Amino acid sequence: MDLVTALPETTARKLGLVIDLDICVGCHACVVNCKEWNTSGYGAPLADEDAYGDQPVGAWLNRIHTYEVKPDKGLAQIVHFPKSCLHCEDAPCVTVCPTGASFKRAEDGIVLVEEDWCIGCGLCAWACPYGAREMDPVEQVMKKCTLCVDRIYNENLPEVDREPACVATCPARARHFGDLADPESDVSKMVAERGGFDLMPEQGTKPVNQYLPPRPKTTGFDEPPADLVSLAEPAAGGFLGWLDRVLEKV
Amino acid sequence: MTIFQRKPLDPSPYVSDEVRKTTCYMCACRCGIDVHMRDGKVRYIQGNRDHPVNRGVLCAKGSAGIMQHYSPARLRAPLKRVGPRGSGQFEEISWEEALTTAASWLKPIRDTDPAKLAFFTGRDQSQSFTGWWAQQFGTPNYAAHGGFCSVNMAAAGIYTMGGAFWEFGQPDWERSKMFMIFGVAEDHDSNPIKLGLSRLKERGAKIVGVNPVRTGYNAIADEWIGITPGTDGLFILSLVHELIRSGKVDVDYLRRYTNAAHLVIKDKGAPDDGLVARDETGEALVFDEKSGTVTGWKKIATTAALKGEFRLADGRIAVPGFQLMAQKYLDDAYAPDTVATRTGIPAATIRRLAAELAHTAFEEEITIDQPWTDWRGERHEKMIGRPVSFHAMRGISAHSNGFQTCRSLHLLQILLGSVECPGGFRFKPPYPKHFTHHPTPHGMAIPSSPLGGPHLGYPRGPEDLLVDPKGDPVRIDKAFSWEAPLSVHGLMHMVISNAVAGDPYEIDTLFLYMANMAWNSSMNTRGVMEMLEAKKENGDYKIPRIIYSDAYSSEMVAYADLVLPDTTYLERHDCISLLDRPICEADAAADAIRWPVVEPDRDVRGFQTVLLQLGVKLGLPGMTAEDGSAIYKDYADYITRHERKPGVGPLAGFRGENGEKSGRGAPNPEQIQRYIDNGGFWVNHIPDEALYFKMANAAYQDWAVGMGLFDKPQPYVFDLYQEVLRKFQLAAEGHGKRQPPDHLREQVKTAFDPLPTWYPTSAETGGGRERFPLHAITQRPAAMYHSWGSQNAWLRQIHGENPLYVPGEVMDALNLTEGGWAWVISEHGRIRVPIRRTDAVNARTLWTWNAIGKRKGAWALSENAPEARKGFLLNHLINELLPPKGDGLRWSNSDPVTGQAAWYDLRVRIEPAEETGLVPAVAGQVSPVGRGPKTVRYGKEWTS
Repeated sequence: MDLVTALPETTARKLGLVIDLDICVGCHACVVNCKEWNTSGYGAPLADEDAYGDQPVGAWLNRIHTYEVKPDKGLAQIVHFPKSCLHCEDAPCVTVCPTGASFKRAEDGIVLVEEDWCIGCGLCAWACPYGAREMDPVEQVMKKCTLCVDRIYNENLPEVDREPACVATCPARARHFGDLADPESDVSKMVAERGGFDLMPEQGTKPVNQYLPPRPKTTGFDEPPADLVSLAEPAAGGFLGWLDRVLEKV
Repeated sequence: MTIFQRKPLDPSPYVSDEVRKTTCYMCACRCGIDVHMRDGKVRYIQGNRDHPVNRGVLCAKGSAGIMQHYSPARLRAPLKRVGPRGSGQFEEISWEEALTTAASWLKPIRDTDPAKLAFFTGRDQSQSFTGWWAQQFGTPNYAAHGGFCSVNMAAAGIYTMGGAFWEFGQPDWERSKMFMIFGVAEDHDSNPIKLGLSRLKERGAKIVGVNPVRTGYNAIADEWIGITPGTDGLFILSLVHELIRSGKVDVDYLRRYTNAAHLVIKDKGAPDDGLVARDETGEALVFDEKSGTVTGWKKIATTAALKGEFRLADGRIAVPGFQLMAQKYLDDAYAPDTVATRTGIPAATIRRLAAELAHTAFEEEITIDQPWTDWRGERHEKMIGRPVSFHAMRGISAHSNGFQTCRSLHLLQILLGSVECPGGFRFKPPYPKHFTHHPTPHGMAIPSSPLGGPHLGYPRGPEDLLVDPKGDPVRIDKAFSWEAPLSVHGLMHMVISNAVAGDPYEIDTLFLYMANMAWNSSMNTRGVMEMLEAKKENGDYKIPRIIYSDAYSSEMVAYADLVLPDTTYLERHDCISLLDRPICEADAAADAIRWPVVEPDRDVRGFQTVLLQLGVKLGLPGMTAEDGSAIYKDYADYITRHERKPGVGPLAGFRGENGEKSGRGAPNPEQIQRYIDNGGFWVNHIPDEALYFKMANAAYQDWAVGMGLFDKPQPYVFDLYQEVLRKFQLAAEGHGKRQPPDHLREQVKTAFDPLPTWYPTSAETGGGRERFPLHAITQRPAAMYHSWGSQNAWLRQIHGENPLYVPGEVMDALNLTEGGWAWVISEHGRIRVPIRRTDAVNARTLWTWNAIGKRKGAWALSENAPEARKGFLLNHLINELLPPKGDGLRWSNSDPVTGQAAWYDLRVRIEPAEETGLVPAVAGQVSPVGRGPKTVRYGKEWTS
């Protein structure tokens, strides 16, 4: 007998996102397009309390966090870090749920909330080490990324649109969607090539979503590359002599 | 079996009844959008995959369109002011009353002195129409917002190479190997740059971000150059110094495609000293090394001398412009070691970047096997590419040295041979277009008559200035006067200040569209609010009448006497026209429409339709038939039937009676429907042989003529040495009939160098550097478009307040507290603001987000909205005038060439504040639309 609070032992597919931190410019396109799609989508709307008031608070399924990093040597950097549910294989939000409202689908690994069963206790949000769940301030049910489960299989949409809204809209093409259980999928290959990593692996949640690290930056204080040093030779022979040399090369 | 069964999930829930394709207006990028409609409401907006601008993606602003369209701040009906100016007290009136009132104010002006109307349109995307309307009215006082945005970029680009960035051109994202982006925050343009950066990264190209602040695009750049504001020109010319010194310039390119070989007269003191030597037909002369003669340049493609002194027929000496350039830029003033401290960029970095640019341009040359023929008739077997490209915007533009800085950047890319070649910077039709193929400005007002031509244009010399016989400005903003001779976009930021001062004259009616001049779109915000309220001794307002059109309850609405409520962008017709600021790509001509995908539910009208209706009441030519009836039913009808010249109208697609013509063709009554059927836009691809070297490419020139962009082929060469500038300098030196007033002579001599140059900004002079050691600038966030964003329930949760970011060194040196408050003091004023620490910034630069702060009561927000408590404007620290110099004159805080508002010149100092809370605390305005609802649950009716 299945327990409603149990995780599937394996899932046939592991659908998830690959997010490229090297190209995310922190523009919030994914954040807003997600809200726009999902407020009329799966479950209750993503409501906004005090929407035009002193302390507007709304429910979002995806947010961008911005960090400033100052290395010991070199210039400070800014990293934009989009974060939504990572659809973990060992999702603590599912096992902690007292009603079975939180569950992980066996067929594709998507973690969802059965909103009719949700009592709004908030245990799952406490259990999630990523802070990826938000209580809707008006509806008082737990909201989380559904990987746009109402888009990815939706025959009312053209096939090309059957991907999560955040992926379709990302202007920097920093977000990718696919099956991370399939080593031949584009997303799996991308993870292999770019050294994709688990967020906070020490938590043992086995997140499906993967992040691609920023490529190393130029520090800004390098010496010129050796093969170009000749460029820095001082001009000889005065201005007209220099001009002759330039023109002779043509 | 479980006891509880989960509801089976419907994999294909219903989405929408219909998808309507139109054009976004959440910022200025004009992306294509698919609007999903359900039950007559907007269900979802996504990017249009087929659209040339955004190719399916959509930014945060565009994705928040639902909240903009249903914003509680939307105006609902025409308003008549009933309280004092600025209070926000109005009563609703009918459109008939509104239009009759406006006509009763404007008719006497037109019949007596049309200049008494100042008509300025802000973020207007219909300038070819609004400008035409103003021309029919006959006032010389019309412009849009370019003067406080990026006119330096546009003017420097047109005068140097016949086009600039953004609407004018784009990097070759598919082929560029090194890309430098200057002074761009996270916008302008939004989606195309992000798509392009992504493509560059995918291809392994190097991205260098030059910006004092390392956010947005600069955060993901491979190398960040945290330059000191106002010194970009110095940095660029130091790169030029290195390239010339090491001989890394494309000499063949310079000879073929630029005026580098054109002979410049050397005859000190003569009235034509420094002008280009010409033959009797006006053709510029070069020295042909092959024949050993001085001759017209057009026949000499590759053998014109770039150095030497040559004797002209009249016995005088002339030298090639390139020699003047080499002499100027080899000077130690531009050496990396000289400029390092001032720019904040180590000399070694400058040398290395110059070397990398040269290496990429010349050692990593690319070729496309595509034969093409140039305008001289020479066939080229391949297209040779120099794969380095550049983009820049307001960061280098909004300075008092911005024009010459932008020119310097164009010089740099032209020296590398990387303009209009594969891998370089590419023009978008109708550019490239030489400045002599643009109109000159027109400003002669005659009562009851249209103006003789377009307001804005490109002066060829002092003879084209708009000054009266005494030398005084003809326009209220003093555009095209000696204060700003090449102000090709006007000076909207000076209109209110000048009108209130009666300098150069008083006006009767100020008519504004979509320009929040009483808040974030003015320098010196509080001062401008006071000016709008200022009264004469007799109790009349100094600006007697203000008409304003906006869709929303902005700060400016409170200052209007008459408010004409506009529609939202989903309720209106528009054309994104080739006559205006088109959406073309380097590979194609393109234009687009907006159409009412939702019908207005309020008593509002599209502003352009209102202008036509007002025009008929005034009997304006072009829109009024002989019997006094309207020629055009509404703006859509104008878009369809108006012709600027035979066969050329606002939209280039689906012309001809059956819609079969592109570019030129008779008006097609079904044209707008054809656009709708085509996804809201039209594209016409440029033939392969015409894709590059467009300014010199015979096939491109022919294609452009066929498309109606030009009437005949008009190839040209780039103006590295700009003779127009020299003509103004000569006037300042005492030559010619039109000379600047004495107090402006030195300014004109310095700023109008015919070669790109650098001088310190106005704020650096007069002890400004010492008293105000820091810079303060704004960045526009990617998720907010100026003032519009804060009424948006979703976007305001992302940017609801804006701290001032302070460099760590400054925080430590002054003992400032993270999360505390500080005073920021400029020559003009002081503000108290919240602060935060950052190190990802130039060490002498403070910064904050642009236009988050709001006046209490505006935009249907609550009185204590974070935007009004913790959102502030840097504008309070900037004046539209420079500090008085003791000469009794008003010196504009603008670029002396173009009049561009120099708001990035700002210098400040910062001090800890004991108290908290924003200063200045501006009193609130009454909201004519009430407050927004407490709760938003958009889409509730469609959720399960």
